[in-house]
Amino acid sequence: MLRIIVKSLKTGVLTEASPFGRHASFGFPVIDFSRCTACDECARSCPTGAIQDATPAPGRKTLSLSYAACIQCRQCVTGCPEQAVTVSSDVEVAAYTRRQLARTASFDVDPMTGRCTFSRVEVEAGPSLSESAARLRERICGRLGRSLHVRQVDAGSCNGCELEIAATTNPLYDLERFGIHLVASPRHADVLLVTGPVTRNMEIALRRTYEAAPEPRVVVAVGACGSSGGIFGEGTYAAVGGVDRVLPVDVYIPGCPPRPQAILNGLLVAMGVREARVEPLRG
Amino acid sequence: MTSVIATVATALGVPDWFVRERRAGELVLETDAEALPVLADRAALGLNARLMSLFASDERNTSGCFLVHHVWSIGNLRTFLHIAAPVDPAQPTYASIAAKHPAANWFEREVMDFFGLAPGGHPNPARVALHDDWPDHAWALRKDFPDDRTVPRVSGDFHPFRPVTGEGVFQVPVGPVHAGIIEPGHFRFGVAGEPVLYLQLRLFYVHKGTEKRFERLPWRHGLFLAESISGDTSVGHALAYAHAIERLADVTVPPRAARLRVVLLELERIYNHIADIGAVATDVAFTVPASRAQALREGLVRLQDELFGTRLLRGTIALGGVTQDLLPRGCDRLRAHLHRFEQEFDDLITLLLDAGTFTDRIDGTGILTNQAARDLGVVGMAARASGVDADFRRDHPHDAYEDLRFEVPVEDGGDVRARLMIRAREVRQSLLILHQVLDALPDTPLLTSLPEQLPARSSALGWVEAWRGPCTHWVSTDERGELARVKVTDPSFLNWPGLVHATPGNIIPDFPVINKSFNLSYSGNDR
Repeated sequence: MLRIIVKSLKTGVLTEASPFGRHASFGFPVIDFSRCTACDECARSCPTGAIQDATPAPGRKTLSLSYAACIQCRQCVTGCPEQAVTVSSDVEVAAYTRRQLARTASFDVDPMTGRCTFSRVEVEAGPSLSESAARLRERICGRLGRSLHVRQVDAGSCNGCELEIAATTNPLYDLERFGIHLVASPRHADVLLVTGPVTRNMEIALRRTYEAAPEPRVVVAVGACGSSGGIFGEGTYAAVGGVDRVLPVDVYIPGCPPRPQAILNGLLVAMGVREARVEPLRG
Repeated sequence: MTSVIATVATALGVPDWFVRERRAGELVLETDAEALPVLADRAALGLNARLMSLFASDERNTSGCFLVHHVWSIGNLRTFLHIAAPVDPAQPTYASIAAKHPAANWFEREVMDFFGLAPGGHPNPARVALHDDWPDHAWALRKDFPDDRTVPRVSGDFHPFRPVTGEGVFQVPVGPVHAGIIEPGHFRFGVAGEPVLYLQLRLFYVHKGTEKRFERLPWRHGLFLAESISGDTSVGHALAYAHAIERLADVTVPPRAARLRVVLLELERIYNHIADIGAVATDVAFTVPASRAQALREGLVRLQDELFGTRLLRGTIALGGVTQDLLPRGCDRLRAHLHRFEQEFDDLITLLLDAGTFTDRIDGTGILTNQAARDLGVVGMAARASGVDADFRRDHPHDAYEDLRFEVPVEDGGDVRARLMIRAREVRQSLLILHQVLDALPDTPLLTSLPEQLPARSSALGWVEAWRGPCTHWVSTDERGELARVKVTDPSFLNWPGLVHATPGNIIPDFPVINKSFNLSYSGNDR
């Protein structure tokens, strides 16, 4: 017993003053569209379709990048012949809709040479981050500002997200200091922290868990799979896809898996304490 | 190698020319489906072979039939034995080996669920992977089943769990959504008061159609799917896939890459073992060491982030080598960290084992006997805790393990303590291995280039002893050299029945710690 007490006293407090602001050497890809020639190399090298090209009209081409599906595999970075894809070190990314995690650029195609020149970044449809933030705050009516009870639901994950969610409870991150508690039952929960891709075999259990949680139940989708189906895709015989295919999602935390600080950030967004940011997308 | 072939052929009672060496360490034998049981008996008895995987492939487009494959590990001959037998689509049945070789039990039922091939003579030919609302006659891994086909749910009888009767006897259903941060699965305990009479499992809640998904991905992208088979084994599965592809393409990774792969695999082993040791402490409410273990793990994971730019080592393995180098400064950083880690780790183990309140909970809890482990074909760390001396790193050396000195720890207890001690001893071996590698990193490139295309209509086995146990990937290509079939076997698939056997006779409150001591992957099992 004495030895245990000595050990804890010797160890001291390990919890870091702030878990935030720790930079990662690889966060999310950033495309410098002004250098991009829309050669589609990145779209072809992307295993999840996070980068896609399209030809909406003759003479026009678009290239879109979505963090919702990005598994941070770096293929686009190493594959770009123009070195137009770099990485951001900011990983505290969250959003309120899938669209807020995406960015689309338009290119004009020269009919003679086929050369593409960047024309503009498209305005994404749907509410802006601050509009969504206000809407979420209104919905939770300040009820979740000081404490948050979270029920984690694995609806199909590879367990990578679970490892990082579990890491938020370790002494270094210590999520309980933010008033966040992981609870055992959805009946006690304000928030469902859902990882995916939602599988056919978990879809019903996920719906029932949601129905068991009291209002205002906030749903947070975690990871590339939870946000979009990730590498497992959507609408296959076994995987339904992103959590939003089954439940209304309030906050998305992309990443494969998102780092503990990104998960903490997303939970604080769900509490209405922080506002979601998709900083790297601004380019 | 000819002597190995002769030994195998003699034991199997077949002429030498029947057994062919497809690639180094991989013997193949084609037979007919009725001969499977005899060959299985002879392999198990005469060669001490252990079943590592059993699966089917749909070859109707090329040879007009299905194939059933048995993959055996023959550790003392350092070779795998791959037995394949055709199954006629008009008569979709083949001889089961599950009655004598229980390791085949789930495999054969899975083949039935996904290919519609019936294992004749199987003692319990019920569904294992498909849930009740999946219709009959829809076989997802057949080639004529498109992967984006959504199958409507059907209503029907719920899975018949074994009933319990008697005074004071009842069932406790748990899951699929559990109380902790763990993966989904359903446990049904039959209990008399607190003692568990038996445990039944229902898994495949996280079945994501991974093997079908591979067939749609370009083979270069398959690596990223392999990383997501089980998030805690991303290096293990990525390596097993990479090995299979490299064997298909007939390339050898440069020596530096092979050694760096060892570093990555051993780091993955250490960070998982330390987390599990902490989790066992958590489950018996011994918080001080639990919190120390979590801190040690986080320290390692952050070091990995610093050295390789990724916390959980994703994206470090490349087809043909590795993506990340360790420069001399990184080696020093790692060495210094491991040195501190070793001291802290020893302290932690002492702290745990000196506490009677802790050892009371782990001694004699959740015993998996040596006999049960052998009969069930349990593998990896859990098997070694039950006295089964097998480790691919020694028996089927991959990467640079052939040149490294290390021991394979084996414990006899088969209880939670034995599984804890195996982890502790393996961590020490991993540290030894890491120091050997760091002291002598050959100066070569990190990558060897792969051909544009893989050979058409070819196949190869890839294997790795990951932290939980052996991961095997069998990869076959179609006429364009793209992925035709990828069979993934995670050690969890072979070990879940071990948990079922280790639980009865214990009390329900001990189940979490027994479960944690195995720490099986649901995602790796369900795929």
